[in-house]
Amino acid sequence: MPHVECLKCRECKSEYPIEPLNACEFCFGPLEVEYDYTSIKKSVSRRNIESGPPTMWRYHDFLPVDKETSVDISTGFTPLIHAKNLGDALGLDKLYIKNDSVNPTYSFKDRPVSITTTKALEFKFEVLACVSTGNLMGSVAAHGAKAGMKTMVFYPASLEQGKILGAAVYGPTMVAIDGNYDQANRFCSELADTHRWAFVNINMRPFYAEGSKTLGYEVAEQLGWKAPSHCVVPGASGELHTKIWKGLQEFQDVGLIAKSRTKMHLAQAEGCSPIVTAFEQGNDHVLPVKPDTIAKSLAIGNPAAGPYSLQVLKETGGIGMAAKENTIIDGIRLLAETEGIFTETAGGVVISSLKNLVKQGEIKKDEVTVAYITGNGLKTMEAMGDFVDPVETTPDYETFQTALATHQA
Amino acid sequence: MTSKRVRFTFPQGLIKEPVIYRLGHDFPVITNIRRADIRDDVGWVILELEGEEPAINEGLAWVSTTGVRVDPIGGDIIEG
Repeated sequence: MPHVECLKCRECKSEYPIEPLNACEFCFGPLEVEYDYTSIKKSVSRRNIESGPPTMWRYHDFLPVDKETSVDISTGFTPLIHAKNLGDALGLDKLYIKNDSVNPTYSFKDRPVSITTTKALEFKFEVLACVSTGNLMGSVAAHGAKAGMKTMVFYPASLEQGKILGAAVYGPTMVAIDGNYDQANRFCSELADTHRWAFVNINMRPFYAEGSKTLGYEVAEQLGWKAPSHCVVPGASGELHTKIWKGLQEFQDVGLIAKSRTKMHLAQAEGCSPIVTAFEQGNDHVLPVKPDTIAKSLAIGNPAAGPYSLQVLKETGGIGMAAKENTIIDGIRLLAETEGIFTETAGGVVISSLKNLVKQGEIKKDEVTVAYITGNGLKTMEAMGDFVDPVETTPDYETFQTALATHQA
Repeated sequence: MTSKRVRFTFPQGLIKEPVIYRLGHDFPVITNIRRADIRDDVGWVILELEGEEPAINEGLAWVSTTGVRVDPIGGDIIEG
């Protein structure tokens, strides 16, 4: 990590050495990795990135870890698809889908977890841990297995069996917490204080968050070294939104892409939209809410990066959009039926919000727009409900013809 | 002695209430404010509490009963 300088407080700007710290000792503000961009500028070029591996590690100069020790399960460099059919349906000529649901554990979480696991080994942690209700637990379990680390996965005891199995198969210690959401949240925060474990989004948070920047780099490279006019990003903690923007800014700062005016839109589900509510009310406070949404992967009522996500909205002219709960499944089906991509509920929130942004005139027909699809639909099958209406027939041609005609009438 | 870092979020109706004073007065807990933002309609305070663990827990349970929301300083850590 030749280009990393220090950790810096996002609030009071105090500096700290590179250690497993997540909060400033003075003001308790969150810490962020600080780089020497002059040094990065001297060592990166479009050509050397293009000759790198077809994974997120082609951008190692911008990451806070050594690539030689990377814990990599082939994450990243996922497809950027020109979504012509969906674009036609929405009235957009240059709509692209960044399909991050095809990562090794089927979500974008593999990006931050790959960085964190690598860093955890550098810090000589023996235990990798997380508390999760879905995508994160699978990714942590997979990377822990690859790294040969002891892995602890905490989850609410009421979690669906399919999600538990999706992490348990990698062989971590699974810990079911019998308590409500707030109790589980508090318990794991305290565990992170008292155990020397690498809790990926607690004491390792500054490094964890950096992995999401690669979603900005990849889109710029895949668009022919240009930033898009619009990004539509799902919002949970708000960190993905801020880090994609950070990635685009870093590429501009070191001269890999021209200065751009990308509008960074944020999509939340109506049942858990604390950042969008603050945006709509013109506040810079993000008031915590109790989540009540089918988009479980976005159900963070007290978002750690909420104020910074609000800043990105203001700075870029982006819009905070809350998708109505009853349009989330419609969004999933629209993407599936037009582009053949089955996304989870967070993707439904993105497509539904994108539709509203176009309807409100925020995105114009000929503007390059990227919608981020961050998780696979097979993970949230239970949310789809019973919408299948098959043609029912016995195995003979005449009955089939009659049943088909009736069904299509 | 132990310490805990917490965030209190005050709804509009409680902004003028001396909740932090009473926490330090009624429970054997030292309160140390590190960052805060109080407006007409809402406010939050990030602070460190020092004391014996049972006293801190009892104090925080009392704060919750007043209607002030208590959270860890890093926000929600349970991710989907």
